[in-house]
Amino acid sequence: MKNNQPTGRLGLRGWVYAGKYSFERYLYLGHRLSGLGLTAYMVLHIIETANRIRGEHAWTQLMALFASPPFKVIEYLLFAMAVFHAMNGIRLFLVELGFFLGKPQEPIYPYQSSVKKHRPLTYLMMILAGLLMALGGSSLFFP
Amino acid sequence: MPDEKIITFRIRRFDPESDSAPHWESYAVSVFEGMTVLEALHKIKEEQAPTLAWRSSCRMGVCGSCGMFVNQFPQLACQTQVLHLRSDTISIEPLPNYPNVKDLVPDLQPLFEKHTQVKPFIIRLDDVKEMENPSGEFLQTPEEREAFSQFTYCIKCGLCLAACPTVATDPRFLGPQALTQAYRYSADNRDSGVSNRLDSVDAFHGAYQCHMAGACSHACPKGVDPALAIQLLKRALVLDHFGFGKKESQTAKVLPLADVVKELEAFAPPPRTVK
Repeated sequence: MKNNQPTGRLGLRGWVYAGKYSFERYLYLGHRLSGLGLTAYMVLHIIETANRIRGEHAWTQLMALFASPPFKVIEYLLFAMAVFHAMNGIRLFLVELGFFLGKPQEPIYPYQSSVKKHRPLTYLMMILAGLLMALGGSSLFFP
Repeated sequence: MPDEKIITFRIRRFDPESDSAPHWESYAVSVFEGMTVLEALHKIKEEQAPTLAWRSSCRMGVCGSCGMFVNQFPQLACQTQVLHLRSDTISIEPLPNYPNVKDLVPDLQPLFEKHTQVKPFIIRLDDVKEMENPSGEFLQTPEEREAFSQFTYCIKCGLCLAACPTVATDPRFLGPQALTQAYRYSADNRDSGVSNRLDSVDAFHGAYQCHMAGACSHACPKGVDPALAIQLLKRALVLDHFGFGKKESQTAKVLPLADVVKELEAFAPPPRTVK
């Protein structure tokens, strides 16, 4: 391989760009982003709760900050990420064990891929995720 | 002559002898209904850019040589009709996730190296001598054949690795093509099962790196459905881990070769009547 030969590697662009691909490719992106978001939250959560050792006053001040409207929105986004990740995770758990995909069959045009065959499950999980997000949002913003 | 339309082709060019980095060049081509991207490339080479390089052979979606990134989607140039793309400007790049040799020629070496890693051949742990020096045939029912038949249609065009978002950030990931072939041989009743391939498919860059984006099956030009094979491979790996996997080949040898020859002679055509 010559020094100036392009590697061709898409890198993160390969994750993010899903324009001409199917719906599941967007779910792949969403699953990764929500997973990274939840991991980042876990780290921040440990740092946040560690503030308790700075005394009751510091803790009360921090809790008051978290009760403000911007943090409510962030809290909701976090909830939405967790719901999406969980619902899509259940789909992946089932699909990666070979359920809902159909059996191998002779490829006769137009081809029916397993991705299309398990789409009812995909839609069901996403509808459930949407319902849970709506319920969570209504109880958080309109208690 | 059918109705013609002028289409602009934006082609990513790169000559390792003279260019330090790839660049884009545009060519206006008069295309007609039914014209493929490959035919358009031939026309460009004949009329406008004699140094343009790409790889192609059969022109009918069998050899898998002409995989390209056409309008941001990996597809075979010989099977893609220009007017079906419904765009006045068409971009053509070499397949991503592969090193670029020249212009539209990708270096498919990573594909073949990964293919080799999964041992794409029948392995019979209980019958090594027969595997190396066959003396007869092995029984296989149509149902047993159907369990993996779909995955034998792979033409190794490499489109699935270009489409896979995991390969984009993990170049060592085996990718859809190799994992599909790992399952194709493991599911064969003449093979001793997935336990022979654990060192490659049950490893960090193996089957579990696939997170079911489905892009490989979407891009596959032969309907091989790599996403299905990989998920079935994961199931086989889980079953194998818990001791429920296939431990040895599930078929017995039938008909020694000498008997097969006799059977074939019984169906031989009549002697020639014309010299």
